[in-house]
Amino acid sequence: MSADVQAQAAAASDTMLPYRVVRRTAPTHDTVTLTLEPVRRAAGRFRAGQFMMLYSFGVGEIAISISGDPTGRGDVLEHTIRKVGAVSGALSSTGVGGLVGVRGPFGTGWDVESAAGGDLVVVGGGVGLAPLRPLVLAALADRGSYRRVVVITGARTPADLLFAGDQESWVRDGSVELHRTVDHPSPQWPGRVGFVTEPLAQLHLDPARTTGFLCGPEPMMRFCAQALLRKNVPGDRIRVSLERTMECGVARCGHCQLGPLLLCRDGPIVTYTVAEPLLGVREL
Amino acid sequence: MPTAEDLSGFANLETLDSDDLGKLARAGREVSFPAAYRVIQEGQRADRCWLIRSGRISLDAQVSGRDDIVVQTLDAGDLLGWSWLVPPYRWHFGALTTEPVDAVEFDSATLTGLCEDDPRFGRDLILALFEALLARLQATRARLADLYRDPAEFRVSAQLPGTATAETP
Repeated sequence: MSADVQAQAAAASDTMLPYRVVRRTAPTHDTVTLTLEPVRRAAGRFRAGQFMMLYSFGVGEIAISISGDPTGRGDVLEHTIRKVGAVSGALSSTGVGGLVGVRGPFGTGWDVESAAGGDLVVVGGGVGLAPLRPLVLAALADRGSYRRVVVITGARTPADLLFAGDQESWVRDGSVELHRTVDHPSPQWPGRVGFVTEPLAQLHLDPARTTGFLCGPEPMMRFCAQALLRKNVPGDRIRVSLERTMECGVARCGHCQLGPLLLCRDGPIVTYTVAEPLLGVREL
Repeated sequence: MPTAEDLSGFANLETLDSDDLGKLARAGREVSFPAAYRVIQEGQRADRCWLIRSGRISLDAQVSGRDDIVVQTLDAGDLLGWSWLVPPYRWHFGALTTEPVDAVEFDSATLTGLCEDDPRFGRDLILALFEALLARLQATRARLADLYRDPAEFRVSAQLPGTATAETP
């Protein structure tokens, strides 16, 4: 891409566009999924794993991963938001018909296409499954290009598992090997109780043809990456999504700096080979 | 009787060579349990262990005044039963099948005898079990860390008076 084209693309991404909430659902007690449609002009098409800066008018702006289908309508955005602060709380409270400011898409993607012909191992913990959903949907839309698609999801309780309906349909049609596990089961929970590393450790993988995609709390990603490394999956084929406070989204402000990386530009998704030495530094 | 090839499918035993797997296989027997079958009763004598081939087993603890608490589940590929290794040789948790289970069962006296007769085999077997135990310990620690908790709760507990709270996605 030439410098001019890059500059034009960056300028287009940096323009805040008004979007209207056309659907609002609550997949769990502390998350909300907003479906957004452009009021006038749509943002550029996104890739699985990218994020948008979402602005709640008069409150503030935060980075939120895209949880929608990258193979669907290019102008519709879907974001799954956990209420953890003022802005995410305001965004979560925005009802159908409400307006949200949108900039983006920003950041690197999962680049699932580069794993074509091989096996995908997708591990999402808690709300970390949200940025992985577009990856799974993209893989399923081109299912013939991949061998195994293994999805492991973990949550505190069964009620905290995101996208339960999606997961059931993935299993029903046999396209995904799904392992769900929780820390604290309800009496009715028929599934696993334990940490995501446990089903991961039991997988029989072809390490030369496996790519791992990990998203969740950093310790979870570290443990899962180590489990994959023990199975001889190379670090440069383990991808992790890193999270630091994003402010500008266009590599200007430096708030999201992690060592030599500006995560809004160089991340949020990087290989574990890149991430491992950075995650071990306490001050970063 | 299971074969060495049957046991080679267990990730926990992948460090054992085919001779060791053969020796272990000859000590095992295939068993099946129906759903809702109590394999282990907490507090009873621990004299066996199992490699689960299919199905699911929940580990539970008795708590007075409450229903039994499920602390973990074990699935195909997992090892059930550690308490036979160390005194007082009593089960610390119960084990209940939640669906029909096929497993390879080992008698602890037989395993102990094999280890005593061939210390090299014993060392390799104990190391394989230790690796599985370490993985289970690390997973338990990760769960204790409550990693999926709302990050806002962490910030509130870690925040100094008067400091601002940044929001991350």
